[in-house]
Amino acid sequence: MAENESFDWVRFLKKYGIIVILLLMVIAISAVRPNFLTSNNIFNVLTQSSIYGILALGLTLIIISKGIDLGAGSVLALSGVVAASFAQTAGAMGRYFPNAPEFNGVMAIIPIFLALIVGTAAGFINGSLIAKTGIPAFIATLGMFTIARGLALIYTGGRPISSLTSSFTFFGGKVGIVPMPVVVWAIAAGLTQIMLGYTSFGKSVYAIGGNIKAAEVSGIPVHRNLILVYSFGGLMCGLAAVVFAGRGQSMHPGAAVGYELTAIAATTIGGTSHSGGIGTIWGAIVGALILGVLRNGLTLLGVHPYWQQVAEGVIIIVAVVVDMRTNASKK
Amino acid sequence: MSDDAPMLRMVNIVKNFPGVKALKGVDLDVRAGEVHALMGENGAGKSTLMKCLIGIHPPTSGEIWFMGKKLPSQYNPAEALDMGIAMIHQELSPVVHRPIMENIWLGREPKNSFGLIDHKKMAKMTDDVLGLIDLKIDPRTPMGELTVAKMQMVEIAKALSFNAKLIIMDEPTSAITDREVTQLFKLINRLRDEGRGIVYISHKMDEIFQISDRITVFRDGERVGTDRSNETTMDRMITMMVGRPIDEMFPKVECEIGKTYLEVKNLSSGRVFKNVSFDVRRGEILGLAGLVGAGRSEVVESIFGLRHLDSGEIFIDGKKVEIKNAGDAIQNGMAFLTEDRRQTGIFPMLDIQFNMFVANMKKFTGQSSARLLSFKRIKSEVSHYIDSIRIKTPSQYQKIENLSGGNQQKVLVARWLMTEPDILFLDEPTRGIDVGAKAEIHKLVTFIAGQGKCVVMISSELPEVLGMSDRVVVMYGGKVTGILDNTGQKLTQEEVMRYASGATELEAAGKLI
Repeated sequence: MAENESFDWVRFLKKYGIIVILLLMVIAISAVRPNFLTSNNIFNVLTQSSIYGILALGLTLIIISKGIDLGAGSVLALSGVVAASFAQTAGAMGRYFPNAPEFNGVMAIIPIFLALIVGTAAGFINGSLIAKTGIPAFIATLGMFTIARGLALIYTGGRPISSLTSSFTFFGGKVGIVPMPVVVWAIAAGLTQIMLGYTSFGKSVYAIGGNIKAAEVSGIPVHRNLILVYSFGGLMCGLAAVVFAGRGQSMHPGAAVGYELTAIAATTIGGTSHSGGIGTIWGAIVGALILGVLRNGLTLLGVHPYWQQVAEGVIIIVAVVVDMRTNASKK
Repeated sequence: MSDDAPMLRMVNIVKNFPGVKALKGVDLDVRAGEVHALMGENGAGKSTLMKCLIGIHPPTSGEIWFMGKKLPSQYNPAEALDMGIAMIHQELSPVVHRPIMENIWLGREPKNSFGLIDHKKMAKMTDDVLGLIDLKIDPRTPMGELTVAKMQMVEIAKALSFNAKLIIMDEPTSAITDREVTQLFKLINRLRDEGRGIVYISHKMDEIFQISDRITVFRDGERVGTDRSNETTMDRMITMMVGRPIDEMFPKVECEIGKTYLEVKNLSSGRVFKNVSFDVRRGEILGLAGLVGAGRSEVVESIFGLRHLDSGEIFIDGKKVEIKNAGDAIQNGMAFLTEDRRQTGIFPMLDIQFNMFVANMKKFTGQSSARLLSFKRIKSEVSHYIDSIRIKTPSQYQKIENLSGGNQQKVLVARWLMTEPDILFLDEPTRGIDVGAKAEIHKLVTFIAGQGKCVVMISSELPEVLGMSDRVVVMYGGKVTGILDNTGQKLTQEEVMRYASGATELEAAGKLI
């Protein structure tokens, strides 16, 4: 009986290993560069991680359902430019909507909603294509990857949209020392966790990714829920767009290129399995933070940005190899 | 006798799988220029014996002699092919996107002087091989464009390209039309006349009597006997196939049978099944018997909304119901334990708790507007089922794939019992699980029926069907050939087998052999 009561390190590390890795990274970097652990820098890391961290929430659901979304960055840009075009200060808005009033103050809710609606619509289209036509998610979202980017460029004529109202950019700024992007990320993560962990919809995502045929036999509306999963992914793109535009005080149609890949990397490092049925929200958050700490730490250490990219790639591959080893060991 | 020496002699072959004795010392001989049919219920050992022969499963013990030589105790399918033993599997697995010629010469492509594949020569060689069986198809046609029958022919041609002396065919007619069967039989006769040996595995009585020279019957991993086809009868074959006592595996308790609850009328789906009608009463266990491919699982899948129905009506308690998907079926009080536990049953990487409540999520959602799941209630109900049907596991958070087959099956039974169904469909509920767990599942099924629920049980094991069922619906070739009463005077396996093998249909058509 003594063995059962002693602490099971193997199981603990299998489950929470990435948290340990994150802590080790933090300790190592702050040992060499004490200024890493200032509140200012910590908020910096969190803010920098927040945009792809929000995308990673949607991607976690998508990847658990055994899918993928390659279009997240493009959809972010599209929803961002649409929203921004309604969020310009009175004079600047003339280019797109000469007669529209200035959506400032409480009215900033309108462009924000637009971002969410455009994102969700793009996700809805992805999900419908995947569920109804049965084409692979890789292909459907690869299509959306170029379509959304193209639409963003068409809509803006390739020009950035700036002079945004202060109410719209609120979610990219700070209240006191607290950065709003981090607050948005935290609230979105909390709500996603509740949805994934405590609703029948959330559990059905695991079922669909775990064994789609068994899910169907178990009475789960597989098609409908797949559409919802991708729509949620789109909603997160819209939310990330609001934060993105707010931080930059402008929105460029060519923005956020490659963000989907960083978000996929964060999700994957966090232990969400591309074979479906396995994954957690906290894992995606830790994964995003590992990437954030890595980027920030390597910059503080004076590592050239080119080498940072190499390091990031190595981390992703190592994380997946380790994860597959621990999960496949029983076969 | 020396010129009549068999080309293949398998002596005292034993094959043990973990926990199962699949072959218990079987002898078989096949002569040159003979079509030797193998018969037996599913799991009787005929396929296992053939897998031993072609090197897929090396036998645990026993000797194999082929063409006068003793074969080594272990060899692989490629080596078996080189020795001249080829098998045409029931489910062909060609490389569908690649041309016929590449499928035939896969791994031994002719090369030109640069060491690259010589496609011209390969096409010519393919023409020659297809010519051996009078098959005229462009060797460059992708495999996927051929009918199943043509693919089979190509497979046979491939076997001949290895100069196979012995060709094993496993259920070759299960997916081809009558006309194609005639052509296949012509080819088989020709191969026989060339002095090759043919092993022909089939469930279909009429075909076996038509094509074979001798018939060997298997039962429970043993050879029951070998008869010359022209000296035996269908009845004798059936008796040999099933002649065993029903063991004490079936704790069937007579319980009160109520009024008709589920009724299906004239269900049809494409060419899979036609005009299937039956009814089930409360408290009744209805057996659904038939051989593989009779359409039993497909009928149940259709009732449960998983497969398209062309026509037909479903009534529950006298009311007509529309069932478009499994969700509708569950709403209407149905439950379906599917045949293939891994493919359509378990969520392998998820835990027992998830695997149990996944079909019951509505039951555990709270009253609040957020409709959150109550894991407190889930946990207590799951642990109730783990205790009451004795699932052996350290905790409900154990991954289901770490359990034994029998315990996985119990988790799935619990999943469906949790939905509090009125009608349970059980498809091969005891396949691939050990004897102890089998008896427990049987007990559970009897208990469920005793509570006034309807049970429809598909089983390929006749003793199970006869030991458990109140009535038996027998299917053959997508049609219901008989609905037999098994209360009072018990049915015999022979009777059921007559309906299941299509013998009654042949008699009715006046084609009794």
